[in-house]
Formats: sequence, structure tokens, C-alpha cells
Amino acid sequence: MRFDTALGLEARKGPLATLGKIVMYGAMLVVFTGPLFGLLVSAFSPTLDPTAFTLWPDELTLENFAQAGEKNVYLYLLNSFVVVGFGLLLQLVVSVFAAYALARKKFRGMTFVLLIMLTTMMLPEEIIAIPLSLVLADLPLLHVNLIDTYLGMILPVGAWGFSILVMTEFMKEVPIELEEAARIDGAGELRTFFTIILPLCRPALGVIGVFGFTMIWDQYLLPLIVANESDHWTLPIALRSLRSDEEAGIGVLLAASLLALLPSVIAFLAFQRQFMRGLTSGAVKG
Amino acid sequence: MTHSRRGTAVVWLLLAPALLLFLYFKFIPMGLGLWKSFFKVQPFLGDEWVGLDNYRAIMADDAFVGAVWHSLLLAVGTTAGSLALGLGLALLIEGPARYLWFVRAAVFLPVVTTMAAVAEVWRIMYHPADTGLLNTILGWIAIDPQPFLASEHSSLWSIMGMNVWRGAPYDMMIILAGLVGIDRTLYEAAAVDGATTWRRLRHITLPALRPVFWILFTLAAIRGLRVFVEVYVLTNGGPNGSSEVIMTLIYKLGFQRGELGVASAGGVVLFAATLVLTVAVQLMRRRQAR
Repeated sequence: MRFDTALGLEARKGPLATLGKIVMYGAMLVVFTGPLFGLLVSAFSPTLDPTAFTLWPDELTLENFAQAGEKNVYLYLLNSFVVVGFGLLLQLVVSVFAAYALARKKFRGMTFVLLIMLTTMMLPEEIIAIPLSLVLADLPLLHVNLIDTYLGMILPVGAWGFSILVMTEFMKEVPIELEEAARIDGAGELRTFFTIILPLCRPALGVIGVFGFTMIWDQYLLPLIVANESDHWTLPIALRSLRSDEEAGIGVLLAASLLALLPSVIAFLAFQRQFMRGLTSGAVKG
Repeated sequence: MTHSRRGTAVVWLLLAPALLLFLYFKFIPMGLGLWKSFFKVQPFLGDEWVGLDNYRAIMADDAFVGAVWHSLLLAVGTTAGSLALGLGLALLIEGPARYLWFVRAAVFLPVVTTMAAVAEVWRIMYHPADTGLLNTILGWIAIDPQPFLASEHSSLWSIMGMNVWRGAPYDMMIILAGLVGIDRTLYEAAAVDGATTWRRLRHITLPALRPVFWILFTLAAIRGLRVFVEVYVLTNGGPNGSSEVIMTLIYKLGFQRGELGVASAGGVVLFAATLVLTVAVQLMRRRQAR
């Protein structure tokens, strides 16, 4: 007998056990992926009934996606991609720089900086939504209004404690000898960073990249307070008005929901390994 | 000397982008929120100092007190439900087999989905008429159609249902990571002693998972009271305020009624409550550890 798992289910063989497992895992799949599958099928179905969900397609059509175009869904999708693209780029650069300082240098005030990072992680961002809207409308000292701009949705997600700390942990593991060797060879600070440190950190970039992507893509309150005019709406916040749009119909809403949902699902499926790694490291660090 | 000074300059240069962004979009808003909570905020007339009036107003507001209870109930229910279901799933899906890896990835999908989109899907599934998807399924097992989001008595529970659906797989993954770390020889020893599966679970697995449970509790305490998107999309606090939570109320106060001072006070209260909850969980954890 083997003891691989707590329940030892895998050791149970025989037709009855197999049948039980098929039913059990089947039920899990239905419960957790069923709604998503329903969305996928319904978005391609000529749905007229706003109450029902099509789980099995009678016929497939792209009609909903064509109509979605008339309701500016692709503009919202583009806005989402602009925000997530530049936001993620900024987040990665900011994280890598900060992590390099935290992992590789010794300096006074390091504990204080770490404390700041942890504080921002403990602080639920929803709580500062109201004052954040005031700050965005008139940035202190700079007096710039970021309401109804892409920057207003990009800058606030630019620094993320989680991704800085994950990156820092990873950089600490890069052997310092490599850096010293490069320095002896006469490489400067910048060159050492770009030719030695950064290439070695590629796996960690994958981790914070996929997390950053889903985090920014899932932003709701921020675009809600920044984008007042519909031409800056991101797809997630546009869904609500598509729902109340009488002439758009449920098909457009479903097509738009699918488009809003797919990118992060695809990112997860493509970067599963990195995702799991970040999940456990992030949870442990809390 | 010059070298080390240059080194220090480089350090702060590297940290500057992160610190500036945090300052502008986290700490200044935090301070401003606290500051504005003592004022009657009027866009063109200038702010007027009102002391603790905003706090008095919000504490005396039945809607706010109700919202605090709804948030707490939702947080506790979601946490307990996700943890219980997550543990069950983790135990059932544990193992190195390839098909289990597939089941894990599939079950985990809800966690990475965009909340706003998923909430639209659930809103349709929760349709109160007997043609709604969930009511159709209930019909198969001869249960009468439920109103779900449309009734004051079930709106909060329905939101909780969706939250557990999305939260349990997350907890499952963290628990699975904890299960991997359990010493297999303990299971073997238990089997030699003739322990049943239940006893093995009760005396080996669950105690070993204790640190994992505390991590999940801590995360739940930080995240618990701040729910917004799911409520905003599913019910927007209705029907009749039965699912109003702190954040949806603050949002309405601030952006729809323009009561920025009162809304800021609400934000400060929410922050304090979150802090208390987090510290409480940590204290319980300490006591447990002793």
C-alpha cells in the first residue's frame, strides 16, 4: 500500500471506485467550469431570451460579436489592452528597479522601505477610492488632472508591493559571485544589471508578469472613478451599461463578457507554472 | 567615500519610481481621506471644518450600520464556505496523477476570471423565474423556483454563493501546497497502527495544515470587508438595501450624492475595522501557536 495522499483515493482501484471517481471529478468540472462553458456557448448562440443560458448550441453564429462592434465593445476592449499593456510595462520596470535595490544593496532606511511595501499590501485599495479620485483630479504639486485619461488608470497600478517583494526574493537567490565576476571584468553598474541580473530573473518576470496582468485586467473601481466618459471605459466597467442597454440585447452582453474574461484565462493557461509558483510564494508572504 | 555616496544615490534612484507612485496613489490618498473626513466637503464653496460630525452622522446612519453587518456576514460566510469547500476539494484532488493535474487546473479557472464578467454570468444564472438556469436545475430535483438576487432574504446568500465558487479553488490551491509538505512516513506509521482514514485526517493532516489555515484567515481578514465589485454588479446593494455593503454605500455617498466628507469618514472606519480584524486574527494565531 502507498501513502501518497491524505485520503489515499488513488490507491483505490476497481470498477466501482473508478466509476465513483469519474462521477466526482465530473461533478467538480461541471460546477466550476460549467458557468464559463455556458458563457462560451451562449456568446456564439443566437440568444433572444434574456433569462436563459444556452448550454448546448443549436446553431453557432458570430452575430453577437458583430453587434458588439456597433456598441463600441471593441473600443472598450482596446482601452483595456492599452491600460493593461502600459500598466504592466510600468509595473515590471518599477518592480525590477526597486527589487534590485532591495535585494542587492545595503543601505540605511531599507527596513523602512520594506515596511512601506508591506503597508501598501495590507491596505485594501478600495478604502482609498474616494480620496484617490480627488488626488487624480488634481495631483498635489503637479496640478494635473488625470480624470478621463489613460494615465489615470495606468499610474496607480504602476507600483505593486506584491510584485516588488516576489522579485526581491528571487534576486536574492542569484549568486553574488556572478555580479562580482562581471565587475572585475570591468562591467559597470548598468551593464551588470542588464547582462547578468536581468536574464537570470526571467522566470520571476514570468511570475510577476502573469500576476500583474490579471491584477490590472481585473481592475474595476479604478477605471470606474477615472473614466467618466464612455470613450475611456475599459471592458469590465462597460458591461454594466451594456446590460441596461435595451437595444443591445443579451447577446452583446454575453459576447462582451466573454471578451472581458478570456485574456486573463488565456494568460493563466499559458503561464500556469509561473502562476502556481507566485500563488504559493505570495500567500506565504501574505 | 565618494563611491559609497554614489552607491546610495543609485539605490534611491532605483527605488524612486516605486516610492513616488506609492506616495501619490496610496499614502497621499490615505492622508487626504483622513483629513477630509473632518470636513463638510463642498466643491465650490470651500471645505468647512465639522470635527467629528461626519463620524457621528455615519455611525447614526442605519444604512451604514446595516452595511457593516452585511459586509461582516458576507466576509465570514465567504471565508468559512471557501475554506470548507476548498479543503474538501484539495483532499479529493490531491495526488500526482496526470488527470488530477487537469482537474486541478480546470477547477482553478474561476479564480483567474474577471470578476465583472463572471458576475454578469451569475446574474443570468440566478434569474428568478423558473426558466433561469439554476432554477431549472432545482426543478429537476423538485425544488420550487428561488428568487435568489431578487429577494431581500436571499440576495446576500446568493452573492455569497458566487464568492465561494470563486474563492474555494483559491483556498484549494494553497491547501494543496500545504498537503505536499506533510511527512508521508506519518501516514505510513498511522496505517501500521491501524488508524482509520478519518483518524489519520483528524490527527495528522489537519494539524499539519494549521499554518496554511492561518494564512488563509489572514488574507480573508484583509480582503473580507472590502467587497465591492461583486455586490455592485449583482445587486448594487438591493433589493431594498438587503445586500448593501460598506463599499457600495461609500461609493454611493461619495460619487452619487457628493457627500465626500461623510464617505471619507466611512473609508476611515472601514480601514480601522480591517486593521482590528487583521490584528485579531494575528493575536488568535499567536495564542494558538503557544
